[in-house]
Amino acid sequence: MTNETGTYLYAVAADLGIPVPTGLTGVNGGAVRGIAQGGLIAYVSTVPMDKFGEGPLRTSLENLDWLGRTARAHHHVVDAVAETGPAAPVRLVTVYSGDEQVKDLLDRRGEEFLDVLTRVAGRREWGVKAYAEARKPVEEPAGARHGGESPGTAYLKRRQASLQGQEQDRRRAAAVAEEIHDALTAFAVAGRRHRTQDPQLSGRRETMLLNGAYLVDEERGEEFARVVDGLRGPGVELELTGPWVPYSFTMLEDPAGGEGTADERL
Amino acid sequence: MSDPTYSGVPARRASSSSLSRPQSANLGDILERVLDRGIVIAGDIRVNLLDIELLTIKLRLIIASVDTAREMGIDWWEHDPWLSGDRRRLVEENRSLKRRLAVLEDRHPTLEGRAEPGERIEVDRWSEEDRHTGRPRRDADFHAREADEDDYDE
Repeated sequence: MTNETGTYLYAVAADLGIPVPTGLTGVNGGAVRGIAQGGLIAYVSTVPMDKFGEGPLRTSLENLDWLGRTARAHHHVVDAVAETGPAAPVRLVTVYSGDEQVKDLLDRRGEEFLDVLTRVAGRREWGVKAYAEARKPVEEPAGARHGGESPGTAYLKRRQASLQGQEQDRRRAAAVAEEIHDALTAFAVAGRRHRTQDPQLSGRRETMLLNGAYLVDEERGEEFARVVDGLRGPGVELELTGPWVPYSFTMLEDPAGGEGTADERL
Repeated sequence: MSDPTYSGVPARRASSSSLSRPQSANLGDILERVLDRGIVIAGDIRVNLLDIELLTIKLRLIIASVDTAREMGIDWWEHDPWLSGDRRRLVEENRSLKRRLAVLEDRHPTLEGRAEPGERIEVDRWSEEDRHTGRPRRDADFHAREADEDDYDE
């Protein structure tokens, strides 16, 4: 392998003349530095291409330890630089040949970045997930075993009732989730529904009904939390996370069509 | 803004507490954000994993190591969980019902091929006979199978 290096981009921010936090390290332990151009600053670190080239990445992205470590390191940098001012996070493993390419990017797309940064300045993202509370298994009603109904028939009937009940619950819960999303969006500057997480990702058994992200003015965070509390009710459980760097509200319209917003329902 | 400071979750899962970032910044949420959101820049960059490639990676990832992925909770890309949850449940349901049917047919060959709705009375009659002729095992058997079924619901 060669000693070739690349420039890994974490986030683009407004250049407020604030120095990069000292000692900040990113993926692969690389020191984070800033590339300033035209009122913007790109936060980057140098990465070895024998680890961050396309080939090696294909392999390492399938290594869950590596992926988890790298995602955390990336997120850590994004978080840290967003403390100093509005920042637009860039997707994991965006690697340039060198600093010149990054400067060129800031030149070419400076206005779009500034638009995005203006939109999120002074605002934070909050995540709200709604889960359908688990339904208890349908108990066999007393006296159901009348008239010699076979265990099989009784079973099938119970099963059917249970499934119908579940379906009804689901519909009701989905409608509630919709209302919750609408209420939160009305309070927030903007709201976005992301695809719901599988139980394996959420770590919870209950069906996720809503995976929402809300852009909220910084000083209204607590108020937002209270709004969420006010929406809690039977049948649906709400989980609030944040504040986050506004990951969900810093999308650029990509001329090359690489924008990843297709499955969001606004 | 270093750590999300508020979480409405009353009780964290035990595994979450082992993560270095406290509260709600669990790995799943972070992965979802860094992989799925944020700015995507195409064009002249050196390495750019576009959506399709990422999806492939994610899919291969889950196939290669389902257990590890499950442990870490990485599976959201595979399909819409809203649908998949249902589909999985229906598949299990179907499988379980087929097994039950096979058992019934085994024990009572004349039932075979009688799928007409009107024929269901046959099952009842058989079952009643069965009960009167003293084969209590069947009831127990059903309950045992229901316990089985519960496992699948999880």
